[in-house]
Amino acid sequence: MRARLNRHARLVDYTLGALARHRARSLGLLAVYTLVVFVLASVMLFAQALKREAAAILQHNPEVLVQKLSAGRHALATAADLATVGDVRGVSAARGRLWGYFFDPVAAANYTLLVPSDSPPARGSVVVGDGVARVRGLVAGNPLALRSPAGVLHSFTIERVLDEASSLVSADLVLIGEEDCRAFFELPPGVYTDLAISVTNPQEVRTVAAKIAARLPGSRVILREELLRTYESLFSWREGLLLAIASLSLLAFVILAWTKAAGLSADERREIGILKAIGWDTADVLQMKLWEGLLVSGVAFMAGYVAAHVHVFHLGAPMIAPVLKGWATLYPRFALTPTVDGLQLLSLALLSIVPYTLATLVPSWRAAIVDPDAAMRGTF
Amino acid sequence: MPRIELAGVCKVYQEGKPNAFTALSDIDLVIDSGRITVLQGPSGSGKTTLLTLAGCLARPTSGRVRLDGEVVSGLPERFTAELRRKRFGFVFQQFNLIAGLSVRDNVMLPAYPTGIGQRALVARADALLARLDLARRAHARVESLSGGEQQRVAIARALINDPPVFIADEPTANLDSALSAAFLDVVAALRAEGRTVVLSSHDPRICASPLIDRVVRLADGRVVA
Repeated sequence: MRARLNRHARLVDYTLGALARHRARSLGLLAVYTLVVFVLASVMLFAQALKREAAAILQHNPEVLVQKLSAGRHALATAADLATVGDVRGVSAARGRLWGYFFDPVAAANYTLLVPSDSPPARGSVVVGDGVARVRGLVAGNPLALRSPAGVLHSFTIERVLDEASSLVSADLVLIGEEDCRAFFELPPGVYTDLAISVTNPQEVRTVAAKIAARLPGSRVILREELLRTYESLFSWREGLLLAIASLSLLAFVILAWTKAAGLSADERREIGILKAIGWDTADVLQMKLWEGLLVSGVAFMAGYVAAHVHVFHLGAPMIAPVLKGWATLYPRFALTPTVDGLQLLSLALLSIVPYTLATLVPSWRAAIVDPDAAMRGTF
Repeated sequence: MPRIELAGVCKVYQEGKPNAFTALSDIDLVIDSGRITVLQGPSGSGKTTLLTLAGCLARPTSGRVRLDGEVVSGLPERFTAELRRKRFGFVFQQFNLIAGLSVRDNVMLPAYPTGIGQRALVARADALLARLDLARRAHARVESLSGGEQQRVAIARALINDPPVFIADEPTANLDSALSAAFLDVVAALRAEGRTVVLSSHDPRICASPLIDRVVRLADGRVVA
């Protein structure tokens, strides 16, 4: 055991010496490799963090949403619909929600006006999301004038601005009181944009949803878990798109490493021949090359991952955020919670370390299996 | 002490290709243990090829190489590597040191796969360097040494695993008279330790030296005397 450890220690010594002897080449390789890992890790970390963030925020959403449909389009629900849904067995609470979309020509941005269930703003006041405040240059206490879809000017006072933590889903929000909302969208009393349902037993949410769908034919029943899946799919799709592009650069790098290693220089072939001539066997050469591959890819992986962590969680991922967050006038601005996902780390390690190590190992093996004399002469 | 036998040995490079070249034909030769044997012949006579076959650095195209009566020419690679490590010390004509490494690191290289501890290995290397008058150059890079010094590094490297067979290819080709004489002294000391020494040379100073036990003459890939 001790002899085996000593042997590996000597092989690592030799590998480090070999890397130092080709300092410029090793550093160049390391820099390119680190950059590739950095891009891949940034995409994976950011997409995962976005999904986690969305999931955390959606936890506060109602378990079931019911939207009335008319000719396949979203229509207003009535108080009778609310009563019908409220009577369904398994529903613990049902309330009508009021919300609507509004295009603000001043900022050329779309807002979502919503009446919150808890502590709605007082009449004439609104609470705005971070994105709205940013594009309109608003702070608490400022006036906000919006011209309604009917062309009537409505003036509000900014009660407060929502914090950035929830910006992923609240950047475009304008929280408004019920009376102001009905006046702004000209909605009569007793109608709602949709219905928010809470269920007694969360395990039964699908059964309750089926009952609601049966009681309110022509309505659309949306589960919170479906919304979560939608966010998940959205970010996964964008992540996949970026990963596909980033993987191309990894592939290009592996091909480069392969062709470079496959065409071992005469000096490298000669060195392998010398090592074999003085008593190293093929396994010794391969283990030395394995150490070389692991050292280069391991260092590049660590450096790339740490840089990506800093890039995503401390600098806000300026290089990839536009693609992953989506395009909008009201860009969500928020800080993601730094995390390290073991499975993700392992996937990235496998994706980055294994291909490079193999790419360097196979050609070296080809050079190492020939007789030392032929390797030194370069006649194989 | 090892006795090396070559029986009906042929070596063809690039076999089966248009540029195939027969380097050795029908070599029958016994290299006695504990003696100094010199392979003498002009350039292209097959001296280096014969040394590489005797030292298990290459395999014959046909024929057999035996070491102490055991056929070694057909052994799997890992066994021949072990033979090279334990039984043979080889000094190449161009020395084949690894540039960029220190003298001591070059000397220690053949012992790396043995798993010997660093301290013991350094002590062994330093003892050899002292014996060959290279102690003060232990940390120098090999490319900064003179030809004679590089040869002594190569000798130290060949001896680091204490092999019973010492092989040197054209050892005095790049040395002046004084250094050639010094090399012969080293070789005589190795024989005195009981090692088998095989040299290739066309240098008359070597072949005519009274230290040499036997001279085998080669021409056009055949043993002629």
